[in-house]
Amino acid sequence: MRNFLSDKVTGLKPSGIRKFFDIVTEMEDAISLGVGEPDFDTPWFVRDEGIFSLEKGKTFYTSNAGLKELRQEISNYIKRTQGIEYNPLNEIVVTVGGSEAIDISLRAVINPGDEVIIPQPSYVSYEPCALLAGAKPVIVELKAENEFRLTKEELLSAITDKTKVLVLPYPNNPTGAIMEKNELEEIAKVVKEKDLLVLSDEIYSALTYKGEHISIASLPDMKERTILINGFSKAYAMTGWRLGYACGPKEIIAQMTKIHQFAIMCAPTTSQYAAVQALKKGDDAVEQMRQSYNERRRFLMNAFKEMDLSCFEPFGAFYVFPCIKEFNMTSEEFATKLLMEEKVAVVPGTAFGDCAEGFLRISYAYSLDTLREAMTRIGRFVKNLRKSV
Amino acid sequence: MNNELLSILEKNSRIDFKELSVLLGISEEEVLNEISQLEKDGVICAYHTLINWEKTDIESVTALIEVKVTPQRGQGFDRIAERLYNYPEVKSVYLISGGYDLLVTLEEKSLKEIAAFVSDKLSTLDSVLSTATHFILKKYKDHGTIINKQVKDEREVIIP
Repeated sequence: MRNFLSDKVTGLKPSGIRKFFDIVTEMEDAISLGVGEPDFDTPWFVRDEGIFSLEKGKTFYTSNAGLKELRQEISNYIKRTQGIEYNPLNEIVVTVGGSEAIDISLRAVINPGDEVIIPQPSYVSYEPCALLAGAKPVIVELKAENEFRLTKEELLSAITDKTKVLVLPYPNNPTGAIMEKNELEEIAKVVKEKDLLVLSDEIYSALTYKGEHISIASLPDMKERTILINGFSKAYAMTGWRLGYACGPKEIIAQMTKIHQFAIMCAPTTSQYAAVQALKKGDDAVEQMRQSYNERRRFLMNAFKEMDLSCFEPFGAFYVFPCIKEFNMTSEEFATKLLMEEKVAVVPGTAFGDCAEGFLRISYAYSLDTLREAMTRIGRFVKNLRKSV
Repeated sequence: MNNELLSILEKNSRIDFKELSVLLGISEEEVLNEISQLEKDGVICAYHTLINWEKTDIESVTALIEVKVTPQRGQGFDRIAERLYNYPEVKSVYLISGGYDLLVTLEEKSLKEIAAFVSDKLSTLDSVLSTATHFILKKYKDHGTIINKQVKDEREVIIP
C-alpha cells in the first residue's frame, strides 16, 4: 500500500510535552499547574443564554461570518475598548476559537515562500499554521532582559524582502509579557516602513494587570494592515464553547470568510447566542475574574521572591515564567524531576520555542489553595536542589 | 481597593494580614489600617464561620418565620424587631416588603422547641398579628457557598 500521508503534515514537529502530561494524568495526587484555560466556570448568565437559545430552537446554522447581532456586539466591544471602528457587515468574521482565526488569517494572505515573523516563546500554533499555509516561519528569539517584549531592533534584524506578516502575540502565552503603547509605536513604525501585515493575537487582552491592553490596530494607519484576533475563551472562561473572531481590512476578511465557509460553514450557533450576552453584560464578570487572577499573580511573584527564584513580573494573561538556569538543568529535566519528587506539573518553557530553555510556564488558572500547596512543594524542591549542589 | 479587600475577606475571614498584603499589592500596615477603619465604621460587622451542622452530632433545626405585625407609633418596626432579635436563638431578622413584615430565622435543637418559641414567645407579643413558620429541610447553598460541593478539576489534558 502507498504511503497516504502528506509530507507537509508528517513533517510537523509533534508537541514534545504530550508524554509528560500523560504521566501527570496517571499520577493520582499530582498538582498540575500546566493547564492553559481558566478554572472559572462560564458566568451563569452566559450559560443560561445558551440554554435559552436551545429551548427556543435556535439550532440552525448562522450566516457564514457569524450572527449579525454578535458581529455588531463585537464591533461595539472593540470600539469601546480600543476606539477602533470595524464594520460588522464586512470587517469581522466569527470563528471556531481564536485558533481557527490564526489558521485562516495565514492561509488567506500567504503565497508560497512568503516569510512570517514569529516571536518566541509563544503559543505553539503559529509555526505549524504558517508552514501549512506554505510560508517560511522566521523565529525571533525574545529575551528575558527585555521581559520578552519584541524590540524594534529584533524585528528589523528578522525582516528580509520576503517578509509579509508579523505575528504579534501579546499579552503573551507563555511568558505573561505585555507590550505598552510606546513599544507598539516603535513596532508600528517598522511595520509601515517595511509594508508588513500584523497578525495581532489579542486573546488575553482582557487579562492585563498594568493599565488597559492596547491593540496595535488602534495606532495611526495600522487598522488597514492589522488582523486583530480575539475570542471568548480566556476573558469569559468559555474555552469549550469554541468561539473567537478576527477583525481586519474587508478584502482580507472576505478571503478568510471564504476559507471559513468551505471548511467550517459557521461557528457553533449556541455559542454565538451565548457570546452576545457575554459582550453585552459580561464586563463585571470579567473584572471579577481579572481581580482573582491578579491576586494569584501577586501571590506567585511573592512566593518566588521568598524562594529567591528569578522571575520577571508579568503583567498579562495567567502565566508566570520563572527562570531556573541557576540549577544547570534543562527545562524538561527540571520539570520531570519536580513532577517525580514533589508531584507538581509545570510546562517546560521549551514547549513554546527553543529559546525558552531554562524557563518554566506556570499557570495560575488555579485556586489560591492549590497554588499555596504547589508553592510549598516547589519551595522545598528548590531548597533541596540548592543543598545538593 | 476596599471592595477587593472586602470580597476576599467575605470569602475567607481567616486570611492573615501578610497574605492579604501580597494579594492586594499593598503593605501589611496599610491592610491593618484599612481593616481597622472598616471595623470602626461598622462595614465589617463580625467574622463568622459557615458550619454544616448536619455533619456533626449536634441536633439543629432552622425555621424561617414570616411575621405580620402592627408598627408602633413613632418607632415603626424597629421596636418589635428589637424585641425579636434579642432572643439568642433568633439568628436573623429582616424587614421585608410584600405580604408580611418581618422575616425571622430561628435556630433550635428540635421542631418542638421552635413550635414552643412561636406559640409562647412570638405569637403572644401584642404587636404580632400572625405568623407562618417554614422549616428548612436541606441547605443547598448558604452565604454564597455550595454545601457539599465536590471540587474536581474537570479540565482535560490539552496540548499545550
